[in-house]
Amino acid sequence: MTPAIELTGITKRFPGVVANDKVDLSVEAGEIHAVCGENGAGKSTLMKILFGMQSPDGGTMRVHGEEVRFSSPADAIERGIGMVHQHFMLAGQLTVLENVILGTEPVASLGRIDFKAAEAHLLEVGEAYGLDVDPHDLIETLEVGERQRVEIIKVLYRGAQILILDEPTAVLVPHEVDELFRNMRELKAAGETILFIDHKLEEVLQIADTITVLRQGRTVATVKPADVSTGDLAEMMVGSELPTPQTSRSTVTDKTALSVRGLTVLDEDDRPALNDVSLEVHRGEVVGLAGVEGNGQAEFVGAIIGTEEVAAGSIRLLGEEIAHSTVRQRRNLGIGYVPQDRQEEGLLLFAPLWENAALGHQTRKPFANGRWFDRFGARERTEAIRSWFDVRTPDIEVTANSLSGGNQQKLIVGREMAAEPKVLIAAHPTRGIDIGAQAAVWDDIRAARADGMGTLLISADLEELIGLSDTIVVIHKGELTATLDPATITARQLGSYMTGSGQNDAETAASPETAAAPETAAAPEGPGDPAAGDPGESR
Amino acid sequence: MMDTTVTDEAEEEPKARVPKAATDSRLRQILLSMAAPLGAFVFSLIASAVVLIAAGSNPIEAARDMLDHASKLEVQVSMINRATPLYISGVAAAIGFKMNLFNIGVEGQYRMAAIFAAFVGGAVALPSVLHVALILVTAMVVGGLWGGLAGVLYTHRGVNEVIGTIMLNGVALGVIAWLVRRWQAEGNIVEVGVGTEPIDESGLLPNLNFIPELFGDLRANEELTGMLVVAIVVGVVYYLLLNRTVFGYDLRASGLNPLAARAGGVPPRKMALAAMLMSGAVGGLVGMAEIFDKARYDPNFVGFLGFNGIAVALLGRNNPAGIAVGALLWAFLDATSDILQVTQTAPKEIIDIMRGVILLTVVIGYEVVRRVRERTESARTAARLAEATP
Ligand SMILES: Nc1ncnc2c1ncn2[C@@H]1O[C@H](COP(=O)(O)OP(=O)(O)OP(=O)(O)O)[C@@H](O)[C@H]1O
Ligand SMILES: [Mg+2]
Repeated sequence: MTPAIELTGITKRFPGVVANDKVDLSVEAGEIHAVCGENGAGKSTLMKILFGMQSPDGGTMRVHGEEVRFSSPADAIERGIGMVHQHFMLAGQLTVLENVILGTEPVASLGRIDFKAAEAHLLEVGEAYGLDVDPHDLIETLEVGERQRVEIIKVLYRGAQILILDEPTAVLVPHEVDELFRNMRELKAAGETILFIDHKLEEVLQIADTITVLRQGRTVATVKPADVSTGDLAEMMVGSELPTPQTSRSTVTDKTALSVRGLTVLDEDDRPALNDVSLEVHRGEVVGLAGVEGNGQAEFVGAIIGTEEVAAGSIRLLGEEIAHSTVRQRRNLGIGYVPQDRQEEGLLLFAPLWENAALGHQTRKPFANGRWFDRFGARERTEAIRSWFDVRTPDIEVTANSLSGGNQQKLIVGREMAAEPKVLIAAHPTRGIDIGAQAAVWDDIRAARADGMGTLLISADLEELIGLSDTIVVIHKGELTATLDPATITARQLGSYMTGSGQNDAETAASPETAAAPETAAAPEGPGDPAAGDPGESR
Repeated sequence: MMDTTVTDEAEEEPKARVPKAATDSRLRQILLSMAAPLGAFVFSLIASAVVLIAAGSNPIEAARDMLDHASKLEVQVSMINRATPLYISGVAAAIGFKMNLFNIGVEGQYRMAAIFAAFVGGAVALPSVLHVALILVTAMVVGGLWGGLAGVLYTHRGVNEVIGTIMLNGVALGVIAWLVRRWQAEGNIVEVGVGTEPIDESGLLPNLNFIPELFGDLRANEELTGMLVVAIVVGVVYYLLLNRTVFGYDLRASGLNPLAARAGGVPPRKMALAAMLMSGAVGGLVGMAEIFDKARYDPNFVGFLGFNGIAVALLGRNNPAGIAVGALLWAFLDATSDILQVTQTAPKEIIDIMRGVILLTVVIGYEVVRRVRERTESARTAARLAEATP
């Protein structure tokens, strides 16, 4: 059988880097094919070439045996190829239906949009692939997993038979990943071919039929999941054995780094998005904040770093009240911040790396000399970040948008850690970072923690949350609903706490005053069944 | 064992990264950044030649007339005189652009500034340095306030800066017309017409005639404006402020990504206001060359310098040196359009066509340059890699 996709000798060069160096990739029709590799290995570049977003400098592409040449994504779509980008491209103010038909609106008489026909087609597509969405929901009311489903439907709606998903699981919590994988299997059963990128190797082994590993722009191996372990895969990716992560010892002190009391933040309609939240982060402690996205995490983080207005309550940093200080004052007092969306809040995409390394620290050494910006100091610091955090780039003069996703993330984490913050607010610090670099970031956070840094950690990766935290608090509908001990809880149990259904009166000490106390409530027995009655809700 | 199809390259360590930095040398960068405006100019020459031929004129003759004319010393002086306010106006627009604000209001800002500065200058008698300084400061303050007003409307009332500045342009013209009419009614008429009280000699910025006189004799009625010095200072300060200060960093960051800048401690409103104030203050200086030249504000005051400044800033990509090139190019076209009227070798409207073509093609030009740069650098990377791997 001819493969659905056959890439041979694909080469793509960028200034200073060869992103793809004679890459070969063959994808059978109807299979789920994973592409793995370190940050900067060239995975996204290869996918963009296949989707017509970038043109290769050499090599040939065949789709269902026929040689093709794409000059734009429109050509790729015509050939039945669709791509879901890591950064969703949906308009929040529009409905699911409007988003899906955007750009391909069916026209009825008099040039009106034929919403009826569109809706019928949308439901048809949803039904055929077992993808469940309500066409009339507003995008901004949907959770991340649902938005992703809309993106996938959007691609299918345009008739794609080959789906490219770039790091689809990076933004998902475990039960959403399960849901996605269920959808992927159904798509496969319906005859779709899926090509996806993933850094989480267990997931890859779980879902993929075939795995291709890239290393520094070259194909190093194509394997079947049954034949390899995650360790084997990791070795192929980096070319050597992975360092074992440091074992962690508690370094929690009794000195308070960050103290939040009775914090209330209002949303646009003056309803509390965050209601009377109290939390303590001690020096040397990592507090994990667990919750389904949209339950007040963003407001919590915003209130601490100063981008959200505090309606009531106090925030103290090492004893100093900062609830109404400016962002700059807070950052100069030692708050580090890794934002949840690196491109939206973390980077100046069209500025060189050394200017990006200064962002948030521009008034302090080594970036500033009084009121003067110190270009020399900035470059020096950026070089240090680059080598310390292994940011793969030809040099630090390139703009941030020419870095691969994981390397952008490493730059941000590096810039915050290099400033030696007293308190680090880290939202998904290792999102998009490969396993090797991930372990390095964890080690760095642990080392800084041992030196007294307090950390508030938010992560969709529950293993990370459990593995790194000294205490876990659960946020639900703008309130802290549980305090848990990571030593005794599993990802599954945590997951059910997050949906607000895993609580049990007898076992949960949900009072905010004890939120960060080292002795915490025990985990519930057995994996909480979301369907079971939830007495915790009726407090 | 593992059943893997390992390709043979996998054994040797793949070397995808280049040992040495691969970015352009500085000189190359500067040359490349000039390529777009110059390329656009050349293209506009070709396009206008085609138009001229179609219209039955001889483009070679027209070009010869223009160049002949431009080779005269006094025409060169007049070119610089025209370029000076355009340059200042271009920098004013660029300050807004850097913050992602489209300040269309330089037009109103410089007129308001000019009339008030002339009024203040004519009302006082002071020692020379103070007198000139007072006039310049008044112009900057008035321009800054007028720009700042649009800034406040934007930051505190959510009025889009484009709409705000356009409205304020209208208001400025209205205020000026009203003032002029009042002076007329009050019989404040000096010998040659209506206007503000003339400024004493002590308040006039001295000309720079000694420079052109090094090269030859100037015709008596042409002077090299002293505002050239101010323009150069404005350019240098603009460069330093933007690229060498924390404030400039904040401003650019805010323009590049307001959300990221805010998380990085840059208050977006404050920066927007600051940008509008500064843009207005610099814009206030645009009309001063004419004020110093005529020693007063009169109803024939030159217009459109604000709008042309936007074009010049676009041409120069908000870069202080690029804006200078753009301003000189615009001034060259201005100065030589006069001669076409005299010689009748071509209709002078051809100059407007050229300007339009330049503006359109320069955008394409910059994109082409970007691609060429990327392509050559990628190729050089490949070449260097080939050397590095035996
Ligand atoms: N537009 C660009 N300009 C310059 N260099 C680029 C550009 N896009 C990618 N690169 C470079 O190409 C290489 C491969 O990037 P790519 O995004 O394909 O990596 P990736 O495998 O997707 O990594 P990640 O896991 O971090 O997302 C990187 O070294 C990157 O710096
Ligand atoms: Mg990528």
